[in-house]
Amino acid sequence: MYAPDFAYYRADSVAEIGRLLRKHPGAKLLAGGHSLIPLLKLRLAAPPALIDIGRIGELKGISVADGRLRIGALTTHAQIAASSEVAAHAPALAAAAGVIGDPAVRNRGTIGGNVAHADPASDLPTVLLALGASFAVATDDGERAIPAGGFFQDMMTTALGEHDIVTAVDVPTAPEGQGQAYEKFSHPASRYAVIGAAAAVGLTGGKVGRVVVTLGGLVPAAIRAGSVEQALSGQAPSADAIADAAAAVSNDLGPDLIGDIYASAEYRRAMAPVCVKRALTAALKRASSVAEAPAARSPWWKPSWL
Amino acid sequence: MTVPVSITVNGQRYDREVEPRLLLVHFLREVIGSTGTKVGCDTSQCGACTVLLDGISLKSCTALAVQADGAEVTTIEGLAAGEALHPLQDAFWEKHGLQCGFCTPGMIMASHELLRVTPDPSDAQIRHGLEGNLCRCTGYQNIVRAVRQAAGTTAGQR
Ligand SMILES: Cc1cc2nc3c(=O)[nH]c(=O)nc-3n(C[C@H](O)[C@H](O)[C@H](O)COP(=O)(O)OP(=O)(O)OC[C@H]3O[C@@H](n4cnc5c(N)ncnc54)[C@H](O)[C@@H]3O)c2cc1C
Ligand code: FES
Ligand code: FES
Repeated sequence: MYAPDFAYYRADSVAEIGRLLRKHPGAKLLAGGHSLIPLLKLRLAAPPALIDIGRIGELKGISVADGRLRIGALTTHAQIAASSEVAAHAPALAAAAGVIGDPAVRNRGTIGGNVAHADPASDLPTVLLALGASFAVATDDGERAIPAGGFFQDMMTTALGEHDIVTAVDVPTAPEGQGQAYEKFSHPASRYAVIGAAAAVGLTGGKVGRVVVTLGGLVPAAIRAGSVEQALSGQAPSADAIADAAAAVSNDLGPDLIGDIYASAEYRRAMAPVCVKRALTAALKRASSVAEAPAARSPWWKPSWL
Repeated sequence: MTVPVSITVNGQRYDREVEPRLLLVHFLREVIGSTGTKVGCDTSQCGACTVLLDGISLKSCTALAVQADGAEVTTIEGLAAGEALHPLQDAFWEKHGLQCGFCTPGMIMASHELLRVTPDPSDAQIRHGLEGNLCRCTGYQNIVRAVRQAAGTTAGQR
């Protein structure tokens, strides 16, 4: 398959991307190309020009400071999955990055391209929404930060304006004792998410404290599962309480679930509570193990759901 | 519009003028005539087109030649040292890790990547490491055996 013809420019800095975008109306940024090139080959997009941003050093890398992880937009999924900083401070993000596509896809795809593309079957929007991430964006007249909650608006639609460039993703470091997990049902060939569920949970005095659950894959854009969060909050984290809360996900799913030849909307609706239950169970296991540590005097205590 | 690129493939440098839309796999197969790398699905899923870009695996049907400008590409043709097969090639031969052979160039390059990252993989790690590569003949068992045999040699480093 051949992409339609386009002009090609390469930017060496963020400032140059801005200049090139203003000079070539309708141009698209090319990062890892693992969403854009397939679209071009299928002729679902035909931009007049591509601006290759893939070599810009200032957009690469991971750092931790002031209670947040800063991940440059061009950092690849493989680098995120292998990072000890991400594993320590945002374990659900490391887990999600590690189950994207396959190794060759993870070697090329970038976090900035993933969120800017906002494919409903992507993994990162779901997990970044759960972790309260925000996106650093360079605009025509400066910089702004867009919280994940307002960023993913609809299928492949974000809050980014025409000349906006995602420069970095900021993720708050996990609070002490919080457990995080990401669960996914993968498409068997592409490995894209048929359903993705992320959970971040804290325990206070043996009861579920702050809990965030998000969903992707089956909805046009990643959403919070408010009914699940409400059902679990304040409960002792028993297997029954988790299952009941997960079942409440049906209230969070609107009428417009995605369905395709591989997985119908009905199938996804039926499987959503299963995916949510797994994410919550895994997150709560990790939450307890951290919260347990100070209580070294009672080593025999085991959470009731084990 | 054409763009000048300089791409080193298996140690040899090629300077060419290409259309920006030219895929890396077509640069390899059609521009420089290196046809070891295959096109299977052309939709980024089968891995038949897997090559190494600066030592790291990539599906060459999902990259533009201009993205490889200035880089080094290694294809299946670049693995053997003269007459001496690469340990992965030896292992695929000995363990019957191929039948028609169409997936094999990509399978071996993906195995190379797997052993670079995980020099001594478990069977489960081998299967996960090759999940981006599809084979319609072997049923995968002998591919896993071949990779297991090659592991422990220096297969991922050469
Ligand atoms: C076979 C296959 C399987 C995949 N499986 C999964 C999966 O399981 N889960 C998953 O989440 N994803 C999956 N992907 C998608 C993959 O993660 C992509 O790499 C990612 O979605 C896009 O990142 P990219 O760097 O390749 O972006 P590109 O394709 O280069 O760009 C995508 C879009 O984002 C824009 N863009 C890129 N960077 C920026 C930026 N810094 N600022 C503003 N706009 C920008 C581009 O203009 C373009 O519109 C898969 C892809 C393939 C080919
Ligand atoms: S031909 Fe490139 S992945 Fe199938
Ligand atoms: S050997 Fe025939 S496709 Fe793998």
